[in-house]
Amino acid sequence: MASNVLFFLFAGFAIACAISMVYHKNPLYSAVSLVGVFIALSCIYITLAAPFIAAVQVLIYAGAIMVLVVFVIMLLNMDDDKPLSRLRYLYAVGGGLGLILLAQTFFIFYAVMRTPKHAVNADETAGNTLSIGTAMYTEYLLPVEIVGVLLLMAIIGGVILVRRFDPGHLKLVVDNELERRHEEDEKDDFRIAL
Amino acid sequence: MESVLKTAFPFIVTAAAIGAAFGGVMMVVAYTVLAERKVLGWIQGRIGPNRVGPWGLFQPFADLIKFIFKEDLTPDKSTKFVYFLAPLVALTCALLPMVVYPFGPQIADPLGWLVPYVAGITYVGDATVWIAEQARNMPLTIARIDVGVLFVLGITSVGVYGIALAGWSSNSKYSLMGGLRSSAQMISYELAMGASVLGVVMLAGTLDLKGIIYAQINSPFRWFIIPQFIGFMVFLIAAFAETNRVPFDLPEAETELVAGFHTEYSALKFALFFMAEYVNMFTVSVMCAVLFLGGWYVPGLDYIARFFGVQWLFGVGTIGYALISHAGFIFKICLFLFFYIWVRGTLPRFRFDQLMNFGWKFLLPVALANVILTIVVVYFLNS
Repeated sequence: MASNVLFFLFAGFAIACAISMVYHKNPLYSAVSLVGVFIALSCIYITLAAPFIAAVQVLIYAGAIMVLVVFVIMLLNMDDDKPLSRLRYLYAVGGGLGLILLAQTFFIFYAVMRTPKHAVNADETAGNTLSIGTAMYTEYLLPVEIVGVLLLMAIIGGVILVRRFDPGHLKLVVDNELERRHEEDEKDDFRIAL
Repeated sequence: MESVLKTAFPFIVTAAAIGAAFGGVMMVVAYTVLAERKVLGWIQGRIGPNRVGPWGLFQPFADLIKFIFKEDLTPDKSTKFVYFLAPLVALTCALLPMVVYPFGPQIADPLGWLVPYVAGITYVGDATVWIAEQARNMPLTIARIDVGVLFVLGITSVGVYGIALAGWSSNSKYSLMGGLRSSAQMISYELAMGASVLGVVMLAGTLDLKGIIYAQINSPFRWFIIPQFIGFMVFLIAAFAETNRVPFDLPEAETELVAGFHTEYSALKFALFFMAEYVNMFTVSVMCAVLFLGGWYVPGLDYIARFFGVQWLFGVGTIGYALISHAGFIFKICLFLFFYIWVRGTLPRFRFDQLMNFGWKFLLPVALANVILTIVVVYFLNS
């Protein structure tokens, strides 16, 4: 009973936040609504006896990724009332993705109906931290390693892209650095001389 | 009647526990503010507040009343809804971790001796006896989540939104820059904080706060502050930055930075940010005590009880044991809170680039090195 009430509460909150995310003109409101969706989802995970996934959902998505998104939106300082010019083919892409999402939803309904209805031992499900860890570092070790290397590449790529190593700029950076070191050395020499 | 009572009982217990914990935390916060003003006064050779009540004891309430009755200004052209939402987010996220704090050990049979009397006085069928049976094993925590450490870290990381949104919605450049500064600081030091906790989690083998305490019990030499001293130092420093305290208290720099995210906030909304900061101090003190100082464990208490033969009073599982353990827990927290105030009276402030360099180029590498060291040690200990 109580779990049903909680489910509808959090699911309703998630859907409301999702709708507000899509329909808000202001990107910051959309971002905050998305955070609301994540938090509602993590509450649902807790009611499903998967506290690890719930905590990670909040920690990674709400606490790290969306904070960066909010940062970018705050720094860009976009105008609210500027009409957004959209390309025509985006509608087609959006429609296609929507159809795929709808198919996925129906597949989930189908899969849920197919599964036998009986209580599962909570320790054997994906909610258990130990079972997640064991699975990640034994059965799925290779995918985990591949994802780790991919993420590392993405980080390095991000740093490289942001740094803009055109020759003139690079020379300036190197010169400044050399000058700074030189000054520090001089300071040290001065101290030694004293 | 009986079935209603049985259904409602867990909810009533939880609600009572939340009420008690909330009241307790808020009282601790109120008196931390007073203690801060007093101790800072002593450090600077002053007396501190001493007018309201004996020894200034009612000062926090006077402050609160003043905050409530001040004029509540909303800056023109601010984003109203977000402007109202931000302090609420900050305080909610500060208070939420309260549900997983292990306030004390489990009490076995808390008021078992009361059962016959209560049942005799208020006879509601078997329900009274049933309730007494249910209360046999009373844990002194509101909700036990298997991933308590992650829960606390996750909720604290959501608290960044309060600060970022406050800075953005105020429609002031100083606020915006202050909000960006503070949230960048919190995100940076969160990494070092999380990495410093990993060592403890590896040694204890669990993410559960209660399990971490039980891994350190029986002797003060098993406290994780000894094998994880580097982790403890990193955690402590990162905690100072996470709570925006001296020496990382850039929002307090009124003269040189025009304060920070809360520049445009006044009256009760400012008070909410202020309270959130002190509740966050309480949270990191609790985490410090639980992760590194054995939580509620008071060294030697069960030995003393056995030695004097008063186990019925202070033995493991009795109310006396729980009360003393709880007092020990509060004492450890107060130790850290005092340390905060002491540091505030001692150290100057970091500049922002120094703060960022320190966080990313020193604290995070040290925390990661500690993690790798712990991995190696744990591997060889287990093999």
